[in-house]
Amino acid sequence: MNEDWCLGCHLCEYYCAFAATGEKDMARALKDVAISPRINIEEKGGVCFAVSCRHCAEPLCVKGCITGAFSVQNGVIQIDKNRCIGCYTCIVSCPYGAVTPSDNGVVQKCELCVKTKEGTPRCVAGCPNAAIVFEERGEE
Amino acid sequence: MPELGCKYLIVGNSGAGIGAVEGIRRVDKTGKILMVSDEPYHTYSRPLISYLLWGKTDESRMLYRKPDFYEKLAVEFLPGTKIVSVHPEKKEAMTEDGRKITFEKALLGTGSVPFVPPMQGLEKVKEKFSFMTLDQAKALDSRLAKDKKILIVGAGLIGLKCAEGILERVGQVTVVDLAPTILSSILDPEGAAIIQNRLEQKGISFRLSQSVAAFTAETATLQSGEKISFDLLVLAVGVRPQTGLAKEAGLTVERGIVINETMQTSHPDIYAAGDCTQSLDVSSGQPKIMALLPNAYMQGECAGVNMAGGADEFTNAIPLNAIGFFGLHVATAGTYAGEVYYAREDQTYKKLFYADNALKGFILIGDVAKAGIYTQLIREQTPLDTLDFGLICEKPCLMAFSRRERARQLGGA
Repeated sequence: MNEDWCLGCHLCEYYCAFAATGEKDMARALKDVAISPRINIEEKGGVCFAVSCRHCAEPLCVKGCITGAFSVQNGVIQIDKNRCIGCYTCIVSCPYGAVTPSDNGVVQKCELCVKTKEGTPRCVAGCPNAAIVFEERGEE
Repeated sequence: MPELGCKYLIVGNSGAGIGAVEGIRRVDKTGKILMVSDEPYHTYSRPLISYLLWGKTDESRMLYRKPDFYEKLAVEFLPGTKIVSVHPEKKEAMTEDGRKITFEKALLGTGSVPFVPPMQGLEKVKEKFSFMTLDQAKALDSRLAKDKKILIVGAGLIGLKCAEGILERVGQVTVVDLAPTILSSILDPEGAAIIQNRLEQKGISFRLSQSVAAFTAETATLQSGEKISFDLLVLAVGVRPQTGLAKEAGLTVERGIVINETMQTSHPDIYAAGDCTQSLDVSSGQPKIMALLPNAYMQGECAGVNMAGGADEFTNAIPLNAIGFFGLHVATAGTYAGEVYYAREDQTYKKLFYADNALKGFILIGDVAKAGIYTQLIREQTPLDTLDFGLICEKPCLMAFSRRERARQLGGA
């Protein structure tokens, strides 16, 4: 995420919510819907940027999960919603604030669209200014 | 009895033990791991036992790891087997049924056990239960009924999660505690009152600043003289580290097994992790027993890496709790000392504690969104003068960090 390029347009949030619906038409899928995206824009004054899961190499959410619902699969941190009990230990553990409550009591986070139809991050494809990119990096 | 040999002996099958297995396998893919548990079960999440009684989970979903965990990580698992002694010098351990186990490195992840203080007449109570293990939960489960009255001694995390889990299935739940407020180990009085209020609204009654003076089979007489009749008694006064094996092995034990930053005990071949240990709490700078599942896992994982010849340290442990009661979420961390930022609205309560230019602790009730940003400030003891302090107090956010730090966090060019 490069905040110099972020326009604060919130399109990534809409693409994220849209990807989760599995629908074909974005307008139809999200019309009159209060979206609950896994990527979120922080903005203040002239500064804005998008925050979503960093898929850390040493993930505190996975290590801390008390049920074992979090796991790393091929480098992607995923949640087994069936095993999440909604205790929010992950929310209290994530240094980026990238795990959030969902509408159904369990938590949600970016899973790089691996469970969606496209299979690749929709927010990246949809970002009009290439502020959000998808690339492998080592831990700094 | 045949002798069992292994490279790594893991005593205990919960957070610490599982962390150790995963830590070992990060370094050593094949060295033989033997894991011994005195419980007859696949690894399961202990904190879920209250959700099991509540009907919010079931035994298959309580598994802490997938059913093929042991097979996949090449672990020889001995469930239902108790280790009765460990000899660090001989690198041997003995099981209750007389089997000798030889090892190169061992991890003690023996957890904690309920602490039951002497109480007059307790032996007369037939239907009494602890609430730590799946077997204890099942025993309680089998006795629950709509017409029963339950008395819980202890208004801590275990007692209150038990109360929440059983409330809808019984006639009456009363909780007695010696402390004047509930959850006194993690909440200040004002925060405790909010949770108590919620629990009372749901129908749980409390007798605080009270203890049981005497029991008969089905009544408890409190210090105040009040008599409370009950059908089932749950004892949740507290827990103690299970340190017997370590003591007998000659390891240094204070309140818990003493470990260093590599999770090594006073003997170089024996490691320990989880509820049975005491280690440094970076938020207070004091050694503490931090009997919490995330901590157990991270200690176990660190121990495992080191047992297998890697080099790892776990130096930023802090007390950390995320817990909810009937949908009201509570998050707490660190130490409650120093200056205080306070905010209270209708449904939310927030206290941040800071001193020496660093965040030391927090209590959040109702709104716990992004609380991990606060947790990280405590873990790292991040200098607060590098942040927009006013903004970070108002809400946890990455906006409060410097642009440069944020570029590092978010991978910006």
